[in-house]
Amino acid sequence: MEGIAAQSWQAFVVCISAVFTQNVLLSYFLGMCSFLAVSRQVKAAMGLGAAVTFVMVSTCLLNWIIYYHVLVPMGLEYFRLIIFIIVIAAFVQFVEMVIERYSPVLYQTLGIFLPLITVNCAILGAGLFMLIRQYSFIVTIGYSLGSGLGWWLAILAMAGIRQKLAVSRIPAGLQGPGIALLIAGMMALGFIGFTGVLAG
Amino acid sequence: MSPRTKQNRSMKLIQDGLWRNNPIFVQVLGICSTLAVTNLVLNTVVMCVALVWTVAMSSLTVSLLRNYTPRNVRMMVETLIIAFYVILVDQGLKAYWPEMSENLGAYVGLIITNCIVMGRTEAYGMNNPPAGAFIDGAFNALGYSFVLLIIAIVREALGMGTLLGYQLPFFSSQYWDKWIIMVMPPGAFFMLAMVTWMFKSMQIRLGSQGVKK
Repeated sequence: MEGIAAQSWQAFVVCISAVFTQNVLLSYFLGMCSFLAVSRQVKAAMGLGAAVTFVMVSTCLLNWIIYYHVLVPMGLEYFRLIIFIIVIAAFVQFVEMVIERYSPVLYQTLGIFLPLITVNCAILGAGLFMLIRQYSFIVTIGYSLGSGLGWWLAILAMAGIRQKLAVSRIPAGLQGPGIALLIAGMMALGFIGFTGVLAG
Repeated sequence: MSPRTKQNRSMKLIQDGLWRNNPIFVQVLGICSTLAVTNLVLNTVVMCVALVWTVAMSSLTVSLLRNYTPRNVRMMVETLIIAFYVILVDQGLKAYWPEMSENLGAYVGLIITNCIVMGRTEAYGMNNPPAGAFIDGAFNALGYSFVLLIIAIVREALGMGTLLGYQLPFFSSQYWDKWIIMVMPPGAFFMLAMVTWMFKSMQIRLGSQGVKK
């Protein structure tokens, strides 16, 4: 087993790369549906981004523990898809109930987005990628945090741009999702510029 | 219901799925998991087959069980049914085509959260008889597949100069400077935007010429 220090450093690097060079949304296309649907207003984008980041970190860690300490010893790896989706759905439901009970203010801002998150592919996707790349627990913390933040950053930037779009003239066939995809493409191009950041 | 009206109903479902209510450029659902695999035509074909199977079968199953499913847990039931079919695909690929399974990576599993599957079972399968649900699911998935195939063919031809791995005459010669950007993520976004633009404009034009909607 590697030292804690080395793993923490790796977690940090993975976190930064998940935000910039390998953004979940712009280079893995995860979470596109809610990205296109909710990115019309900055405020909504902010709320959804926060909710996704929170749920992503919590469920990735939960799933990591369940996968390596329950499923692998029992030889049930092929069950992971069902288990992961149940964990995510149950967790989201649980958080919704807790927030509703204890913090009505937070519920007002986050509550409406929580059901959307269950079917957000970014959450399940992050869980599957963490298995494919065989991250350790500490690295998973960095990875899920980075993925969440990266998604948040992308949707926030998109919402900012789309608010300006409301007053511009767009060809009829390109309105709505079309123009959003074009902008996402340009953002993806921009993010490729970060590639060299982690070369060393 | 007479056989004649029944046939018309099926026709309508087929047209809706393929064109009028196409999952990609009208409903804009389910682009999450599959954009990533459109850089190679072969990957796309496998992904599309998996998707057609999953959507059609889960729509059918949900429809068969619709009278026994309590309303408030239906999302959970639908998700479990979808997950069941996706696991079949995932395990099948791993057993008989390991390289492909490796290529597609996490994206096969991500069919579960592909909004189009959930969208069809929720919008149609939940409230309609099995035969219609099957047709609706299958043709929505086919409508989805044909758009993805167009994107994949263009991306592979421009980006790698090949089609299904075979060299294309002009695009793989020295006179064609390969557009690497097409096989990278931004290329997928641009191609999807172009295809959406093209089909939407066609729909608008057809609509304004008085063709019955």
